[in-house]
Amino acid sequence: MSKDDDRSPPLDLRGADIAESSSKTRNCVTGSGHVTGMNPMEFQAPYPDQVLENVLENVLQFLTSRRDRNAASLVCKSWCRVEALTRSELFIGNCYSVSPKRATARFSRVRAVAIKGRPRFADFNLMPPEWGAHFKPWVAALGSAYPWLEKVYLKRMSVTDEDLKHLAEYFPSFKELVLVCCDGFGTRGLAVIAKKCRQLRVLDLIESEVADSDMDWIGEFPESGITCLESLIFDCVESPINFEALERLVVRSPSLKKLRLNRFVSIGQLYRLMVRAPQLTHLGTGSFSLAEGVAHGDQEPDYESAFAACKSLVCLSGFREIATDYLSAIYAVCANLTSLNLSYANINAEQLKTVIFHCHKLQTFWVLDTICDEGLQAAAATCKDLRELRVFPIDAREDSEGPVSEVGLQAISEGCRKLQSILYFCQHMTNAAVIAMSNNCPDLEVFRLCIMGRHRPDHLTGQPMDEGFGAIVKNCKKLTRLAVSGLLTDQAFSYIGRYGKLVRTLSVAFAGNSDRGLKYVLEGCPRLQKLEIRDSPFGDEALRSGLHHYYNMRFLWMSSCSLSPQGCREIARALPRLVVEVIKDEAEVNRGECEEHIDDAFDILYMYRSLEGPRDDAPHFVQEHSKQKQGIGLSNIVLLIIYPSMKRWRFGLEELEVQNGEFTKFSSMPPVEKQELAFTREKKKNLVCLF
Amino acid sequence: MEKSLVFEKDLNLEATELRLGLPGTKESEKQTPSTIKSNKRVLPDMSEECGSKDNSIVSHVKKCDQEVAPPAKAQVVGWPPVRSYRKNCFQAKKMEAETTGMYVKVSMDGAPYLRKIDLKVYKGYPELLKALEDMFKFSVGKYSEREGYNGSEFVPTYEDKDGDWMLVGDVPWDMFISSCKRMRIMKGSEARGLGCAV
Repeated sequence: MSKDDDRSPPLDLRGADIAESSSKTRNCVTGSGHVTGMNPMEFQAPYPDQVLENVLENVLQFLTSRRDRNAASLVCKSWCRVEALTRSELFIGNCYSVSPKRATARFSRVRAVAIKGRPRFADFNLMPPEWGAHFKPWVAALGSAYPWLEKVYLKRMSVTDEDLKHLAEYFPSFKELVLVCCDGFGTRGLAVIAKKCRQLRVLDLIESEVADSDMDWIGEFPESGITCLESLIFDCVESPINFEALERLVVRSPSLKKLRLNRFVSIGQLYRLMVRAPQLTHLGTGSFSLAEGVAHGDQEPDYESAFAACKSLVCLSGFREIATDYLSAIYAVCANLTSLNLSYANINAEQLKTVIFHCHKLQTFWVLDTICDEGLQAAAATCKDLRELRVFPIDAREDSEGPVSEVGLQAISEGCRKLQSILYFCQHMTNAAVIAMSNNCPDLEVFRLCIMGRHRPDHLTGQPMDEGFGAIVKNCKKLTRLAVSGLLTDQAFSYIGRYGKLVRTLSVAFAGNSDRGLKYVLEGCPRLQKLEIRDSPFGDEALRSGLHHYYNMRFLWMSSCSLSPQGCREIARALPRLVVEVIKDEAEVNRGECEEHIDDAFDILYMYRSLEGPRDDAPHFVQEHSKQKQGIGLSNIVLLIIYPSMKRWRFGLEELEVQNGEFTKFSSMPPVEKQELAFTREKKKNLVCLF
Repeated sequence: MEKSLVFEKDLNLEATELRLGLPGTKESEKQTPSTIKSNKRVLPDMSEECGSKDNSIVSHVKKCDQEVAPPAKAQVVGWPPVRSYRKNCFQAKKMEAETTGMYVKVSMDGAPYLRKIDLKVYKGYPELLKALEDMFKFSVGKYSEREGYNGSEFVPTYEDKDGDWMLVGDVPWDMFISSCKRMRIMKGSEARGLGCAV
């Protein structure tokens, strides 16, 4: 998260020494340069240090990583200010952690914005719709603050057609729009973007829900002249498009590198596009089958040569309604592919083998479990450079047949030693295979195993899956993301807490025995940022054990666990800067299924740090347990007062209490030498610096 | 150290467990304590399958269990964690394949009444032709691409989406079942035009 705290950065206590030794640094002086009573011989009269700031600006502009920038901004006020001036990409990990007003006030020269909204479990219908994450307040604020804005990236946000209209209107230089897992808009909104954004280079709609407003949005792109379009991704749009307009658009877009079609584009139409755009690097093939009413064998175009002509193709996806007869058309490009997504293609092992056999350079492979363990063995034999594998289930139910199992996982671990990321859905798994993967693939950063049957043990030994996941956290030293499943006891969490020191994201479902499980994790994983838990027996005591850490996290989600409303309130009281949302699934209550209607019963706890306190757009089913907004929200403030004097700085501490919005003095400490200052943890928390 | 109670039933401890209660009474299946509220939300798909408008979904699930073979557990909301878009993609196709049959009328020259068959039931032409032979008590002869059906008075034909009468067997099976509207087993002189060697 880019914004940690609104309070002034902590005083650089060493600044006093530096100031004494040389008059060059001005780190101790505020921007206003106001320090009275100084002996001119000891210190030069302070002036806004324009030279230093200019130098800083020129250096800091090269910092691109937001984590580096966050660190730089904490050095001192001067650095904070300059960093804010030079930050051109603004990343908001949780749209409710900071208000648009505050964000735009701090960063004045932003050209690209990325905002994330809903938590991930909302994708699986666990969050009631209408929960929030609206883009609307952001678009208004961005519009007035950054008229030069070029890029917007949104993930899990609700965006309306109206918002898209404003985007197009407010930003004449708008170049890139990427919407991932968003909803709330339709083809009407897309039409406005297409029509008005003359500089548009990227329009990427990824796994978003796009309402069909019966609008020919492709037709709204300017009809004449060359476009600057580089990327057009719309494979998730579930409505037909005007193909002729698309064809004309592709012809007029010589810079087009990425094109991902939706399932309403037939293979015949794909051919026509491919011959007009052989420069493509990323292609989503649409349905990859014949249009309705077209017969097989009627004067078919030469698909093979169309693919062969695309010499730069490295990423292939689509195959939404694949007619497997045509699969051979892609053989020519396989040797160059680094990414292949067959996860919508219902193909068997034999059919996969014909393709994968050619894919020596493959690094990313998404596929359906219909290829069975045999298909995975074939992939393992050929794709020695594989970094990311995702195996999705064709039948996502608990009791369906499992075409892939530990056999496939073992094969992959043996063949693909460079594996960094895996997502694997299966019905049956063994500890042995998971342990094997932990040993064979030391570069693993992301390990997500979903054994679809809840509470399912190792199907060969009958043991819980504790040892398997334990081996993963122990042996994969680079692991940052973990999703667990199957029968798991508290022991598994003990391993995670003990070894998972780099874990940032943890996903837990139907696991653990008691509070201890969650405690192990909260006490053991210092880097934990995102924790999502469902249907596990963790209660209030476990929740309490994370108090020291919640401010360092982006969010905590717990649904259908053993929490009580009092437990949640306790957390809220202890951590004023945490927004604690408690959500009831009304639909369930209305169905009258709760035998005893427990008034306070709830389904979801969702809490996150925020500078703004409870949000004002919360729907009625969300209860906020956060402290009321009361100015700063602190009950005790500790003032650090610096007394400039003859030869050195002296420091005083005054402790004030806030009562009914007014300050009353609590205690004070006479000025002391720096070394004698005792900063207790408690005092540091409430520290406000005064110069 | 606590032991997980959940997999006890695999060790069949139930049989020797001491319990308070009358002998012969069965305790309901142990579930994790967190399931007071979970397991109640059932996928709306289940209720749609059963086609009833009853609000109480819990009893619904029980009905479905009896009608549909075997889902042992009610589906839980959001599990497995696959996005609905993906689930719907394949579920729609599967349902289509499983529930809606592909019934076409079959007439035979000289037969007093027509029959109806479900094309989805057959995996290919050999099965279909065999079924027709059994149904109408005739023999279809040998198929060759060049000459059609040899050695028989009877020729199986079908009407496709365009309204044309075609010889059964010429196009790939998948295309056949998607384009076939009805079938007619021709006999005698009419059949000769289609390469009958009689």
